[in-house]
Amino acid sequence: MNDKDSLYQDAIKQFARAAHGHGQLAAATGEAKLDNPLCGDRVRMQVAVTSGHIAAIAHETRGCLLCRAAASLIGLRAAGQDANGIKAVVHDLESLLQEGAPIPPGWPELSMFEPARAYPSRHRCVLLPFRALLAAMLH
Amino acid sequence: MNTTAMHLRDAFPLLAASPDLHYLDSAATSQIHRSALDAVVRHETTCRANVSRGTYRLAEAADRAYEQARQTVARFLNAGAAGEVIFTSGATASLNLVAHAFGNTLQAGDRVLISVAEHHSNFVPWQMLRERTGIELALIPVTASGQLDLSGLPELLGNNCRLIAVTQCSNVTGAWTDVATLVAAAHKVGAKVLLDGAQAVQHGPQDVRALDIDFYAFSGHKCFGSGGVGVLWGREELLAKLPPFHTGGGMIGEVTPQATTWAEPPQRFEAGTPPIAQAVGLAAALDWMMTLDWPQIHARESRLCELLIDGLLRIPALRLLGPASATARAPIVSFDIPGLHPHDICQVLDARNLALRGGHHCARPLMAALGIDVCTRASIALYNDETDILALLDGLSFALRELA
Repeated sequence: MNDKDSLYQDAIKQFARAAHGHGQLAAATGEAKLDNPLCGDRVRMQVAVTSGHIAAIAHETRGCLLCRAAASLIGLRAAGQDANGIKAVVHDLESLLQEGAPIPPGWPELSMFEPARAYPSRHRCVLLPFRALLAAMLH
Repeated sequence: MNTTAMHLRDAFPLLAASPDLHYLDSAATSQIHRSALDAVVRHETTCRANVSRGTYRLAEAADRAYEQARQTVARFLNAGAAGEVIFTSGATASLNLVAHAFGNTLQAGDRVLISVAEHHSNFVPWQMLRERTGIELALIPVTASGQLDLSGLPELLGNNCRLIAVTQCSNVTGAWTDVATLVAAAHKVGAKVLLDGAQAVQHGPQDVRALDIDFYAFSGHKCFGSGGVGVLWGREELLAKLPPFHTGGGMIGEVTPQATTWAEPPQRFEAGTPPIAQAVGLAAALDWMMTLDWPQIHARESRLCELLIDGLLRIPALRLLGPASATARAPIVSFDIPGLHPHDICQVLDARNLALRGGHHCARPLMAALGIDVCTRASIALYNDETDILALLDGLSFALRELA
């Protein structure tokens, strides 16, 4: 199997290990804590929003590789986005996982989650940090 | 009766059709035995009618089948009378039934004693009862090995304990509960005892009279029957004093615009149409179980459990949860490997045809007491053999490399 077809491809493991954005913000303007009741995974997402756009982001993520990789990707890519942009990426990611929709623009690394499409029980692992981000933005 | 694992495996249609599957999740749901499946199909195609309602011959055949199923369950539990057996939709419904019916006899300040090791189904109903009625809810702690710590039992019981409601065997650690000590202590203070037998029943027939308990709950899908049926056993004289939980058809004595009276147990607790065919299927599974050589099966389950534990303990940093001794636990083995999430482990194992469960196992208070969030669980049943355990150990070695 090609690594890009593998659920646990190197990109997932590298993102999870890197844990971009891990930590806490001293002056968050929004915060959300979401759980996955199925497995007990938990994401605490904080944002500092200036003029409607994310100026800084931090998260504390307790979860599986998929969940941690998704949170790490957010830590790398979410800065500069506004609430509509985050709403759009959450929608696009749901569509990608459920229907195989195209990778949303500006988030090329989301392709690493394409193999998860075959495992519906794992969709929530990927989506949990993104939903926490949206909730923090709407806080 | 031939009770080799291979012979037994052939009697389970799904396993017979999936020779490469290593099914190690029987603590969640056991596979259904062919006799149970056949009994459900036979009932639905020859006796399907509602029970306790019709006078035509088909309805009477359904009545007979359903009441015979009740008698079979009574024999499986060594109950004093078939009327002590209530069919429910599962162990969760059985436990909720007690929390409501018996719970309605309690008053603010009465105490119910449960344990930290309970499945949420024997935890949350009592928290809800506390909110409704103001009872005290006390918790038996667990030892480092996940066994109920009964050292402080007198203080936990206090002088107002009305019920001890605990698991017979943990769904996470497999640790057996010291029921005799609990029952003796309960009787001293006049408290009743409810055992959640969900994990115990797939390991053989039970004897509620020898256990000297008051209520016993279990699910059909965990003892080789179909889903959607469970049992609450209760002492006849105790059930007779309890109000109903669910109300509706089939559980009444008299209904007038002014008031309603209740039927006698067990009908008082079986409102609406019960899971008739599922009960018949469950009875077939229990009938089959009662023909087996259980000492031989227990010896094999223990050997497999030891083999698994020995192999797991060779994995660096792995933390085994529960008693180290295979005899102190049912063949349920959970473990934590720091840095590796159970969902990732189970996903990699699934690709190698290994079916295991990862997560909090609906036992979050126990997880917290053990200092973990989640863990991976392998549960062994009578159809498992050495090849399942060796495949798991090999699969774990692979998962450690794959997920590193």
